[in-house]
Amino acid sequence: MDTLTATTFDLTTTPLRDVNAALHADGVSGEYVVTGPSGTHNIAVGVNAPVKITVDGHVGYYAAGMNQQAEIVISGNAGTGVAENMMSGTVVVAGNASQSAAATAHGGLLVVHGDAAARCGISMKGVDIVVGGDVGHNSAFMAQAGRLVVRGNAGDGLGDSIYEARLYVRGDVGALGADCVAKEMRPEHVEELAGLLKAAGYEDDPAEYTRYGSARRLYHFRAHNTY
Amino acid sequence: MCGIVGLHLRTPELHPELGRLLTGMLCEMEDRGADSAGVAVYGDPVWTPGGHGAVSLLGVDAGADDAAAAVSAALGAPVQGRVLAETLLLTSPAGSEQLLAAARAAHPDALVAGFGTDLAVLKGVGHPHTLADSWGLPGAQGWQGVGHTRMATESAVDAAGCHPYAVGPDQCLVHNGSFANHATIRRELVAAGVEFDSLNDTEVGARFVAQRLAEGRDVETALKELCATFDGFYTLLVSHHDSFAVVRDAIACKPAVIAETADWVAMASEYRALAHLPGVEAARIWEPEPEVIYAWTR
Repeated sequence: MDTLTATTFDLTTTPLRDVNAALHADGVSGEYVVTGPSGTHNIAVGVNAPVKITVDGHVGYYAAGMNQQAEIVISGNAGTGVAENMMSGTVVVAGNASQSAAATAHGGLLVVHGDAAARCGISMKGVDIVVGGDVGHNSAFMAQAGRLVVRGNAGDGLGDSIYEARLYVRGDVGALGADCVAKEMRPEHVEELAGLLKAAGYEDDPAEYTRYGSARRLYHFRAHNTY
Repeated sequence: MCGIVGLHLRTPELHPELGRLLTGMLCEMEDRGADSAGVAVYGDPVWTPGGHGAVSLLGVDAGADDAAAAVSAALGAPVQGRVLAETLLLTSPAGSEQLLAAARAAHPDALVAGFGTDLAVLKGVGHPHTLADSWGLPGAQGWQGVGHTRMATESAVDAAGCHPYAVGPDQCLVHNGSFANHATIRRELVAAGVEFDSLNDTEVGARFVAQRLAEGRDVETALKELCATFDGFYTLLVSHHDSFAVVRDAIACKPAVIAETADWVAMASEYRALAHLPGVEAARIWEPEPEVIYAWTR
């Protein structure tokens, strides 16, 4: 049953397991605030309900991992693997995210308003990611599906061994990864990018972006690669 | 997996708090490595009186007074001994290099944990919080401290395998990761006359840096050369008599977080080790970029 005010959990006095168990309860709904995270790992992992969760501070590893349906806001920075393997819902990081943000995620939207470190979107399988700042090296490595939007610059190895994800970068790319190439922005891409930016709360001109994707040269073995 | 912590205090008002803050940071990283731990404390007025040379030894069976007397006889100058759990800390008005030579002569089987003018290095096998208590670390003072919690991956769990590696004067190196080509570099260093205490990969990195510093390079140059020479995974924290430096390898899969305020610079494997430092809520917090050397001087 919905409540008019949010339920608050203070991690300085409440064990993390109790907090996550409450968020996993059958029929859970409403709004929750988690205070005092102090870099703790595994906050709000495995939630599978249409709840709204605000974590007030910096979180450790795997925050909001495996999220389904929930709308989770982290007011500070996030450690390794925020929203890893997310299936649906929304995760918003107000600060920076460490490496492997949204790794292997199948769906939903991750917004990082600051920078994301190395391997952002590694092996992404359908998630949408919008990064307000820069992404580190090897982002979208082996990306299979989904969209990655970078409002700043991307480090070396962007989209290395990429399959069919679409990458949109406004700034510079250090070096493209193997089989990742710049591609034409057709009207459907402009429309798609505008929608992603709007969903993340940004109003950039999509014309400032370059689209990157797979050249599809690694899909098949070639005869001259045999020995 | 291992845990690294380091705290470089800028404001003298915090010097009395160094041990308490470093203990909190170290124990928070116990999840990352609980088989051994070590710390280096710069500037504790009791452990290492100002202007005195200091040498930290492991594996000395004699009591503090007898062990110090043997070193004093070899040195021809007064030596004070202090036992801090497994570590024997020797201090003398003589310089640390002379004190080290006398300590090696008097206790040839001991392991030298560190030496310098205001550096105490304490390390051992066991749980970090147990070790910190046994050293009386929460009561320590000083201007800089470094700590390591070890989860051994490639060499024995014994005193020689514990970090920090403090193999040059006032130097200290802690490492999270593994060097892939350490055996090759070890052979080159041995051929150049460098002696080793263990089979540990990190010791090779520490001896490499110490050799470069002894040749007159600064810490940043030495670490650039380390990046060019060593293959593998590493986050390193390297402290010296006036500096504090951090570097990560090109892949940067080993974590590191730096926080900086007007009062201090701190580094740890994870943010949670920094979460309780005074003023952290207003700190500038970032992750070091791969192969970029971050250094602060006193």
